[in-house]
Amino acid sequence: MSQNQTVHFHPAEGFAERSRAAVNDAHLRRSFRGAMDFLQAKRLSQFPDADELSALRDLGKAIRLHALANLPDLLEQLEAKLQANGIQVHWAETPDQANAIVLDIAHRHDAKNMVKGKSMVSEEIGLNHAMEVAGIEALETDMGEYIVQLAGEAPSHIIMPAIHKTRQQIAELFAAKVPGVAYTDNVDELIRIGRDVLRKKFAAAEIGLSGVNFAVAETGTLYLVENEGNGRMCTSVPKVHIAVTGIEKVVAKLEHVALLNILLPRSATGQAVETYQNFISGPRKPDELDGPDEVHLILLDNGRTQAYADVQLRATLQCIRCGACMNHCPVYARIGGHAYGTTYPGPIGAIISPHLLGLEATYALATASSLCGACVEVCPVRIPITDILIRLRNEAQAASAGKLRGGGRARKPLQSSIWLVWSWIYGQPWLYRIVSWLMSRGRALAPSNQGAWTRSRTPLNPAPQRLRDLLRRPASG
Amino acid sequence: MSARENILGRLRRAPAGAPVPLPDVAAWFATTPVEDIATRATRFKANIEAAHAEVHETNAADWPSLLLEIAVQKGLGRLLVGHGTAQAEVLRSQPQHQLKLVSYEQPAATWRSELFENIDCALTAARSAIASTGSLILWPDASEPRLMSLVPPVHFVLLDAANIHADLHAAMTNERWAEAMPTNALVISGPSKTADIQQTLAYGAHGPRELIVLLCHRGAKSS
Repeated sequence: MSQNQTVHFHPAEGFAERSRAAVNDAHLRRSFRGAMDFLQAKRLSQFPDADELSALRDLGKAIRLHALANLPDLLEQLEAKLQANGIQVHWAETPDQANAIVLDIAHRHDAKNMVKGKSMVSEEIGLNHAMEVAGIEALETDMGEYIVQLAGEAPSHIIMPAIHKTRQQIAELFAAKVPGVAYTDNVDELIRIGRDVLRKKFAAAEIGLSGVNFAVAETGTLYLVENEGNGRMCTSVPKVHIAVTGIEKVVAKLEHVALLNILLPRSATGQAVETYQNFISGPRKPDELDGPDEVHLILLDNGRTQAYADVQLRATLQCIRCGACMNHCPVYARIGGHAYGTTYPGPIGAIISPHLLGLEATYALATASSLCGACVEVCPVRIPITDILIRLRNEAQAASAGKLRGGGRARKPLQSSIWLVWSWIYGQPWLYRIVSWLMSRGRALAPSNQGAWTRSRTPLNPAPQRLRDLLRRPASG
Repeated sequence: MSARENILGRLRRAPAGAPVPLPDVAAWFATTPVEDIATRATRFKANIEAAHAEVHETNAADWPSLLLEIAVQKGLGRLLVGHGTAQAEVLRSQPQHQLKLVSYEQPAATWRSELFENIDCALTAARSAIASTGSLILWPDASEPRLMSLVPPVHFVLLDAANIHADLHAAMTNERWAEAMPTNALVISGPSKTADIQQTLAYGAHGPRELIVLLCHRGAKSS
């Protein structure tokens, strides 16, 4: 099975081309428009009381801020509690380290088959590829992820991975790729086919791999939510369960989960609650008849400490991965998830990816926003996404590299000089008056070809009369 | 330096932001109006039914015959029951039933293909439930292991109507979860489902296709 991007992927290159191709793809546009309208309406129906929603978001934000303010202490507390519960804790600074830890565990158990619950962190580290190279089959078992893996693609949405595909496309894919399956585009039938294939895999796999929604420091508990039951299969059938998560997913108290899970499913898919909330606080006890013999947690940094080091950018780590920001983003709705070229697309992808991949590889993503703020309005933990986007644009254009990996790499000397002159003119009223007068007189000289601007827009021309001229004219009537 | 030391070191060297007090989550949940048991049971039923579960109101004496009746209606043959549980004993003592009871006594690893392929349904008790989201709380253990509520296509759940909490927070705090978590705690809010194909809802994705709650009221018989 083919693989997602490697961790050295350079999404900024080709972002404009991929976006343009996506915008001109009528199928894709219809898929995303339909899905976004559906998800927006469902979310809204779950939050009928605006005041209550506002208070909930305040609390959600407070819980995440509290966790980040105490992050190193909470991680140490989490580690101690998990270890006391019999869960093994590993730390990884890079995707390579994380994959090496998984491989080491797999080799100790002589494992050849891994079933995977939905995990965006595993996508982030390119785990499937690393397993494939080592001769281990890493099979996605979430229906959407299974479809995407079968197609040799990457997820286009963090909650609904196969959102870009139509029912007919999935029907064709199953008929072509699943042995012994005749074409059907009946959704119940398609799901039954997936269920039958994957049940055999759950029963045979030595390792189950999952993500984590929240890790509770107080009790040493891994909290996972899902609708399908594949996550529970992965965490309770194989003899080894490996969970991978970013270091920011910790919360201080068990009761914090009760509050956050009012926000998470409603913001994500507009459902009041997920089918399964799975609290894992240890491997099976000797007298228990099922459950894994070993449970491992891998805590991944991969650039998160860079975001943490800056008080403004730290807010990026408040994220609970609901996907509401992309569901409401006018840019995401039009170009879809693949155009971003990153594991995390949409507004959250634009602000987290620079820390994971470097600003030099991702600066274009921060420009893919009209700064309309729809994402900020729906974020359940009130991340100031637009402020962070502006900050990242500035960091990418800065004269010096700054503190961020790849900072200043989007700077073009000519463009910077033009803006310098522009800001100087706009800072001197007398000069601005002269220049704007010259512009209004010389408007016939404005070029009709204005590069990227005129590719899909009419040329910009200075007005025949300046605003100050219009204002000075006596009011008529 | 280990990865752990490097990561913690970077976090500790980062500038401190404004101090953040521990959020008062309990105060938020305290604002929800207190309901009596009957109201909570009604709300639980409405919410879990909206998530496609079946709820049958019954009582401690009548549920076994009700379960057998439903099983026959649905054409179910083999029922998985826990090892040495009260509900397994009650079912076993029922006269003349066609349901074959299979007891979960051996480690799953020793009979996995049988469990995955030849069991039609399972019965477990619920520890408690949640009204606000229509959810069942299960703490699987040695006598009722975790796969009972996951692998068989139909899951029967016995719930005492007196054990329904207002919300997840009430369940956690009333039952003092944080003091001693089990290896696995589950909150189940309907049969397994997915909407991964073009947002079309389908049930029985990987777990049970049907979730059947036997809601036992205390006191007067309801049937």
